[in-house]
Amino acid sequence: MRTVRTITRSLLAVPFFGAGLAATGASAGGLGQPIPWEMSRQVPITENACDIMNFEIGLHWLSLAISLFVLGLILWCVFRFGEKRNPSPSRFTHNTAIEVAWTIVPVLILVAVAIPSFRLLRTQLADPKADMIVKVIGHAWYWSYEYPQTEQGGGFTFDANLDEDKQPRLLQTDNEMVVPVGKIVKVQVTAADVIHSWAMPAFGFKIDAIPGRLNQMWFKAEKEGTYHGQCSELCGQRHAYMPIVVRVVSDQAYAEWLKEAKTKYASTDNGQSFAQAR
Amino acid sequence: MATAATHAEAHEVHDHKPSFFARWFLSTNHKDIGSLYLMFAFCAGMIGAFLSFGIRMEMEQPGLQYFSSPATYNVFVTGHGLIMVFFMVMPALIGGFGNWFVPLMIGAPDMAFPRMNNISFWLTVAGFCSLLCSLFVEGAPGANGAGTGWTVYPPLSTAGHPGPAVDFAIFALHLSGAGSILGAINFITTILNMRAPGMTLHKMPLFAWAELVTAFLLLLSLPVLAGAITMMLTDRNFGTTFFDPAGGGDPVLYQHLFWFFGHPEVYIMILPAFGIVSHIIATFSRKPVFGYLAMAYAMVAIGVVGFVVWAHHMYTVGLSLQTQSYFVFATMVIAVPTGVKIFSWIATMWGGSIRFTAAMHWAVGFIFLFTVGGVTGVVLANSAVDKYLHDTYYVVAHFHYVLSLGAVFVIFAGIYYWFPKMTGHVIPEWAGKLHFWLAFVGANILFFPMHFLGLAGMPRRYADYPDAFAQWHKVSTYGGHIFGLGMFVFVIGVVLAFRSKERAADNPWGEGATTLEWTLPSPPPFHQFETLPRIVDEPGAH
Repeated sequence: MRTVRTITRSLLAVPFFGAGLAATGASAGGLGQPIPWEMSRQVPITENACDIMNFEIGLHWLSLAISLFVLGLILWCVFRFGEKRNPSPSRFTHNTAIEVAWTIVPVLILVAVAIPSFRLLRTQLADPKADMIVKVIGHAWYWSYEYPQTEQGGGFTFDANLDEDKQPRLLQTDNEMVVPVGKIVKVQVTAADVIHSWAMPAFGFKIDAIPGRLNQMWFKAEKEGTYHGQCSELCGQRHAYMPIVVRVVSDQAYAEWLKEAKTKYASTDNGQSFAQAR
Repeated sequence: MATAATHAEAHEVHDHKPSFFARWFLSTNHKDIGSLYLMFAFCAGMIGAFLSFGIRMEMEQPGLQYFSSPATYNVFVTGHGLIMVFFMVMPALIGGFGNWFVPLMIGAPDMAFPRMNNISFWLTVAGFCSLLCSLFVEGAPGANGAGTGWTVYPPLSTAGHPGPAVDFAIFALHLSGAGSILGAINFITTILNMRAPGMTLHKMPLFAWAELVTAFLLLLSLPVLAGAITMMLTDRNFGTTFFDPAGGGDPVLYQHLFWFFGHPEVYIMILPAFGIVSHIIATFSRKPVFGYLAMAYAMVAIGVVGFVVWAHHMYTVGLSLQTQSYFVFATMVIAVPTGVKIFSWIATMWGGSIRFTAAMHWAVGFIFLFTVGGVTGVVLANSAVDKYLHDTYYVVAHFHYVLSLGAVFVIFAGIYYWFPKMTGHVIPEWAGKLHFWLAFVGANILFFPMHFLGLAGMPRRYADYPDAFAQWHKVSTYGGHIFGLGMFVFVIGVVLAFRSKERAADNPWGEGATTLEWTLPSPPPFHQFETLPRIVDEPGAH
């Protein structure tokens, strides 16, 4: 297993090297929010999101190569086999060797794509032991967050509504979800009315908030900062007006925020049950 | 070419047509019904295009400029999707070109069930009327129309839309779905039973193959949609809870049912296009299609595999690792037969003597743009990557590349290719080429920046968006205007064609056009092939 991984990594290292440079250079997107004229992903701040972005950049180079290859063939046909240049057409309709080639080569390319894709998916959907759990509930049209009672604190819930006065417009909420840096955080996501989707580009994923279901994703943010996302499943009139804000802070700041939040926000009765779900 | 002994000229003498009303409202003639479908698709397409114009104008700048309420914007998005899928692309490619050219290409006098053909068409029209009604009755509280997206996901379409608009939309899908199922039965029966003597399935033109596979997809997938939306109808009106967790139901069940239909549906929209492109490329390269059997069975393979990939539309609903892995794998498999088709078209051109007519411009443009849409499809197939891109503009870019720049380009290719045959009139070549270049440049400026928007995180179906997305949206809107300008050129071309005295030859495209419709006069007689053509086996007959 390990050998297979090493081989695929080294195979992919070549195109990814150039691509990685492009990503970390000038073309890198905004941190935690989009920037004007952006052409690539927002800066990933979890290891999994970073790996996926590199994989995706590789896929885009591959896509570009295939598209240019097809374009080149078409242009060559246009140039070489126009009726003026080639007045008498040939009549061939079969060439077994080339037909086998254009079946097998795409299969091999797809296998080469699938192997790292499955590895990334396994990590993304893994269920590591969580350092903390936050329950996220989508409402029409705001998000609410529940911090279950644990030894560190918690046991409160609050709503996060769009704050129209703050910039960037449509990306700010009155209350923010706060998590410590470098900790494995599980979000358990559900919805109260219609389907919403909790999306956080900087973490590289979104997960649907579906009434009657408790979906779960995890992340480990490696960088402090404020990260913005937006509801990503059509949920009615104010679909565009229920942003998601996650503030990643140091352990110390998080502990202070927990204390303050405990007094500021409403307490939950069922916090204990979520703590045990861990 | 296939030798066909026809006596079309002889028929024309006693070729009496019914009166206007009987001919166009009680029609049982496959060519007239095909023309009705094409005219209907054009009208519906204009309304769908108007809705997209509204969307694009609103998206030009952040903030709300043209829509007083985002709910109305959602109605435009929904209407645009439903109209373009069910009332523009499908009627044009299947009802229009399918009706016109499947019987002609297989040497049949008409469709197997001419009256059923008529009811298929009028059910589609009735469905469209129901959809238009839905725009003007209450949907979401305090707003008119169904703002659910074309996917009509519950609970937004049930609890979120208490008004009758969604019921009208469901009824529209029921009616047009019934029409499509009847049409599919008609095509299958016609193609399996009414081919001219000597035309085995393996000698049948690729367009007929494409319509045959499409008809099977329709027949097998539409009843699933009908079931799903009927359950939704009873959830909405009769207190059932199929999709309501409060009664033990599950909103995700609807998504599985919808996409079990919805994914084959995208192949329903593109397979007929594949068939048309094959004929255009072969005709204007003056060469038989490369790898005929591989081309036919690639379509069969796409159709079969297309039924088992549906949940790649649902990577974010919380499917298990095993489920997601399977759908990643199955989705990627589709790229292989699609690649066979792309390369076979290029191989058909290779070594040919290519004449760059307007139709050929559109067909060649399609090959390239469909490739671009196809490779982004492979990107999206990777569930790990899709968790970021799902429901962003990247997806909007992807499916417009395969549908708007794919299927729609082929609809125009088909019009420029077959217009002389259908009407006997000739659209000036310059109009077709100018239309192509405006559409090609416009559509790329319109849709390519959407990849960037999606990568930057711009979600779909947003009436208003953060200011950082404004630049690419503005570029995109300019592209939309260029694309729209092309439509005027198209209309001018058609008007000029009908005003001109120039008449089309029976076969205006020369020796490359080998299918049976070119053996008939332009336009063909009201009834053709009263003596069935006999297909003689000659090399390169396909």
